[in-house]
Amino acid sequence: MLAIIDYGMGNLHSLSKALERMGYDYVITSDPDVLRKANGLILPGVGAFGDAMYELAIRGIDTVIKAEALEGKPLLGICLGMQLLFSSSDENGYYEGLNLLPGHVARFRGELRIPHMGWNWLFFKHPHPLFRDLSEDYVYFVHSYYVQAANSEDVIATTNYGTSVPAIVARNQIYGMQFHPEKSGKLGLKLLNQFARLVEKVGVDVS
Amino acid sequence: MITKRIIPCLDVKEGRVVKGVSFVNLRDAGDPIELAAHYDQAGADELIFLDISASHEGRKTMVEVVEKAAGQLSIPFTVGGGIASVEDIFRMLRAGADKISMNTAAVLNPELIEAGARRFGSQCMVVAIDAKYEPEIQDWIVYTHGGRIPTEHRAVNWAQEVVKRGAGEILLTSMDADGHKDGFDIQLTQAVSEAVQVPVIASGGAGNEQHFYEVFSNTQATAALAASIFHFQEVSLSSVKTYLKERGVEVR
Repeated sequence: MLAIIDYGMGNLHSLSKALERMGYDYVITSDPDVLRKANGLILPGVGAFGDAMYELAIRGIDTVIKAEALEGKPLLGICLGMQLLFSSSDENGYYEGLNLLPGHVARFRGELRIPHMGWNWLFFKHPHPLFRDLSEDYVYFVHSYYVQAANSEDVIATTNYGTSVPAIVARNQIYGMQFHPEKSGKLGLKLLNQFARLVEKVGVDVS
Repeated sequence: MITKRIIPCLDVKEGRVVKGVSFVNLRDAGDPIELAAHYDQAGADELIFLDISASHEGRKTMVEVVEKAAGQLSIPFTVGGGIASVEDIFRMLRAGADKISMNTAAVLNPELIEAGARRFGSQCMVVAIDAKYEPEIQDWIVYTHGGRIPTEHRAVNWAQEVVKRGAGEILLTSMDADGHKDGFDIQLTQAVSEAVQVPVIASGGAGNEQHFYEVFSNTQATAALAASIFHFQEVSLSSVKTYLKERGVEVR
């Protein structure tokens, strides 16, 4: 069972329907006990970084997500959810994130249209189980802030927007996708499917 | 770099697609979901659903349309029409819309842009601007209520104001070009797109593949919208994209 974390920050409908179409069991929840029992966690999110951390904290699930991820439970952060995995952000002031991965989140600079909105090419940087049998393609981004990862090896896929922008991060069972896999055509759905498959495999191994 | 987006627009009334849809290969050409799924498969980069229902019932039906669309589409979509409060925005986003678009409401109540951006983020706040050239003042004037009522706003200034208030994207329709199929309004699109830093969708006037190339090569628009030429299969999404690719415009 996958748990989609519902903390009032995001469009969960498309994501849950995509998982449903691919045949995965999921629950939409903010209940710490349900999160602890799930085989994998998905942290979606749109909106502002500080607000999101606040919404997680008042539900008492920031610590649960962190503890579960550190125990090795697969966790996928999507869009803002990926940014929350990192140490800190400058969005509307300075805020600390979940700090599961080292790095900072900063606003795009320079002569760029912001938000970075639309379909951009996904470059696979390192071989990774997530990419098995997949080819690079366009995926859909919409964000004004981007991750500056402290460990470049955590960044397994990038896109270009003024600079090289981390698009997929992965370390152990902690994953993040800056784009929206549920809105990114076939490649997006396949990546979501790969994550869900990794979760099921891990879930079987654990039990 | 990021690709230019091609966006079909579907006018929906009481849950049905209206305004000229003549797809022969659809089971039910009036079904917005079936048409949207067709465009998703055909390579649309995004979709816009414009709810032109007048009734309360029609608006409720739109929420159901949005829920179904979110369950089936693998591309993002925007919902516009009749959005006049934070609750309206919330209802559509919760139903699965990626962005909402507001037009008249933004003029009547500009604080709504700020309230929406603060609560849901600028990335989902599209402000639609209907503009018409006024020869007497040699400038474009913003119209509301589906292009019926002129306002005191000038298009470029208004675009800058809505961005300052939190709009993350502008859907710019030229009332002069709309319906003529003679091409997008290059001057208007360039004036607005160079005045703001957010993405601008050019709308109104698309008649063939070349028109898309012209708007992307002569303005800073990042997306272009069309309705009837796609619905009537006068031009296909794939032929537009092929035409653009051959001329060096990056598309998906």
